[in-house]
Amino acid sequence: MKEFNIVIAGVGGQGVITLMRIIAEAALNQGYDVKTSELHGLAQRGGPISCHVRFGDKIYSPLVMQGEAHIIFALEPLEALRTSYYGSKENKTIFFVNNYPIIPLSVPVTKEIYPPIIEINEILKDFSSKVISLNVSEIVRKEGGNIVLTNIFMLGYVVGNNLIPLEKEFVIEAIKETVPKKYLGSNIQIFDLGYNLKIPSR
Amino acid sequence: MEEEVSSSILSNEKGKKVILLGNEAIVRGALEAGIGFASTYPGTPASEVGDTFSAIAKKVGIYFEYSTNEKVALEVAMGSSFSGVRSLVSMKQFGVNVAADSLMPLAYVGPNAGMVIMVADDPGCWSSAQSEQDTRYYARMSHIPMLEPSDPQECKDFVKIAFDLSEKFKIPFFVRTTTRVSHERGIVQLDNLTIGKTKGFFQKDMSKFNIMPPNTMRLHKEMLDKIEKIRQISEKMSFVFNGNVKSKLGIIVSGVSFNYVMESLIDLNIRLPVLKLSLTYPVPEEKIKDFIKKFNSVLVVEELEPILEEEILALAKNVSPKLKVYGKKNDYLPKVGEYDEEIVITALTRITGRELGISLKKYLKKFKEIKIPRRFAVLCAGCPHRATFWATKIAAGKNTIFGGDIGCYILGIYPPYHTQDFVFSMGASEGIVHGIEKVTDQKVIAFIGDSTFFHGGMPGLVNIVFNKSKPLIIVMDNRITGMTGHQPNPGVGRTGMGEKTKEIKIEKIVKAFGIKHVKVVDPFNVNKMIKIIRKFLQKDEVSVIVAKRECRLLTMRRKLRADEKIYKYEIDQNKCKRCGTCLFYFACPAIYEKGGIFNIDKNLCTGCGVCTQVCPYKAIRKVKK
Repeated sequence: MKEFNIVIAGVGGQGVITLMRIIAEAALNQGYDVKTSELHGLAQRGGPISCHVRFGDKIYSPLVMQGEAHIIFALEPLEALRTSYYGSKENKTIFFVNNYPIIPLSVPVTKEIYPPIIEINEILKDFSSKVISLNVSEIVRKEGGNIVLTNIFMLGYVVGNNLIPLEKEFVIEAIKETVPKKYLGSNIQIFDLGYNLKIPSR
Repeated sequence: MEEEVSSSILSNEKGKKVILLGNEAIVRGALEAGIGFASTYPGTPASEVGDTFSAIAKKVGIYFEYSTNEKVALEVAMGSSFSGVRSLVSMKQFGVNVAADSLMPLAYVGPNAGMVIMVADDPGCWSSAQSEQDTRYYARMSHIPMLEPSDPQECKDFVKIAFDLSEKFKIPFFVRTTTRVSHERGIVQLDNLTIGKTKGFFQKDMSKFNIMPPNTMRLHKEMLDKIEKIRQISEKMSFVFNGNVKSKLGIIVSGVSFNYVMESLIDLNIRLPVLKLSLTYPVPEEKIKDFIKKFNSVLVVEELEPILEEEILALAKNVSPKLKVYGKKNDYLPKVGEYDEEIVITALTRITGRELGISLKKYLKKFKEIKIPRRFAVLCAGCPHRATFWATKIAAGKNTIFGGDIGCYILGIYPPYHTQDFVFSMGASEGIVHGIEKVTDQKVIAFIGDSTFFHGGMPGLVNIVFNKSKPLIIVMDNRITGMTGHQPNPGVGRTGMGEKTKEIKIEKIVKAFGIKHVKVVDPFNVNKMIKIIRKFLQKDEVSVIVAKRECRLLTMRRKLRADEKIYKYEIDQNKCKRCGTCLFYFACPAIYEKGGIFNIDKNLCTGCGVCTQVCPYKAIRKVKK
């Protein structure tokens, strides 16, 4: 496989870097070359975060190029918009949006407008071939999980629905390598929930 | 430190392929090279180098310290290398400015054991506010050779090479990364760990350490000779890719940009010869001359300043006077901001006419039309700095000048706080407010953090006492170096090795400076803070408030670990007058509004209770249970 490009967007504290690390380890386990890019410091204090993962036969750049993402994980809808230019119809980008808004302070403080979810999904269509919009955090909460596992559920979902060229066994191995032992059980359980949820046909 | 360190960093399986962060790979390289001593002052994008050492130093039996600032960090590493123990000092780009005074003579004298200075630049200012400094100039100014890795594998390999060359030529080596290399993860193939020397001996040697003229000039000459010898090695460390391709255009590149160039060639489906430079000071002059002779034109790709471009232009004058050099000087590539593949493709399209199969411009235009509310970084829920800012604004009024400094409190620059009227460099708040105070009738307050106070804040405060100005200094003492990931500082009572040490009290230091008006105040006691600020602003001489309260992230982590109860707060909707003070002006991220109703998100509330003092209607209360 030439290359598979992933952008993971969210807000500081949502587990963006953890998700990135698991995907990278899984890609290594499966025998691919892999590069990732992340940001630390100033950006982490509640600001927007976007991480990149690229894997394939030979990868040079740690950054996904504009329009070249194959899948964009957005743990927050606004952050899907902020990273939308990584998607394109030509590259058949899939947006997977956690429909769970975290309102930034610019909305109450400087009166900026948070667009309705329907509008966000409409805009994302211009940059993709498919938009999957689910309130994953709510599903995880209803299943009795901590919403910090939203990232793991999303990973399970894309693996289970073959939206990412990674085998389940390599991903599970990567979760074991990345997540602290104490939380491993709940991570695997939530991963499986996502893995077994099928894309609704319509 | 809060970052998790990859467990594979200590693996001794030779040949094993693991994923490492660029900064971790730097540490791994040092461990394979037999390092005995490491030091740093934390600064992103270099922070994880020190944090990784901190996490493993005890285990592998080497010494590591968080020093008080980068100059000290450099000097302690010098002491180690002078005594025969290999050392590595890491810092962000601005740290080199602090360390520069000792850096310049260091190259004259040189270490005895290998010495590596790891520095991370930050094109695009992802984690540095103040400038897009290009540290490659320091290599040229100080005559310290510089290696530039382009990915984690090279981070590891180049650190090892740097140690060996440094020891061989008795000259320190820079290993310079940029954010995208330091914070990139990639596959690294491991070699064996080497148990390095940790005990040495300082041999007195006046022919080496006496830097007094005329010795200085002799050492200067010897240093320049060393650089010419190292240039021979630089020639061997540069590689040509696609060397057999016939073309009128060639590319010269270094650092992370190499990756963008290679990807661009793949995406544009063209093959062009690429000369990748690794040891970028001193540049491999012969290799460059041989390369450019073959072409009508070359494209030089480097982030920030046109340093290689200018050196290549100078070399071309002799061997290839008609050579056309595309780069920053003729605006084919930008001088500002970080690079990516798009930027390289744009330049290549302009030069070759080759285009991508997809119109990026069309998408970019569409993207720019989307209105996305800003999400600026904010002080965390329960952050003591927010409470201090709130009290200061009430007590001082908006005509007071607020001097800013470097740390989490830099976020006071954003609305609704606006409590950083300027921010420059570590400790600069005090010098600047002193100057303002001398030439205006305005009231001035300087905010400075605990780590920043120890780093560069003490000389400024001594100067204020010495030269008699009367600002109020508020030391934001959150008991840690916060923004860079929770490293200990001299006020904390713990070292980078995790050992107990003396806790140096800021209030005692400032009293020893002869300052009479000094108070330690808990920022969570808002009324007391307001009262003291008002009182001190009336004083006819300098006054200091130490706003002392632990970073809330640490408090929460400790409470969680101890299974301690965390109280939450809620808004009594019967008492709430919907004025929005708690959200619009206090701006705690745990408070939100929906349909005109204000509420507290229990998942985000850390139980600081400051909002109960902020609400004008006393409508916020502790949740019982």
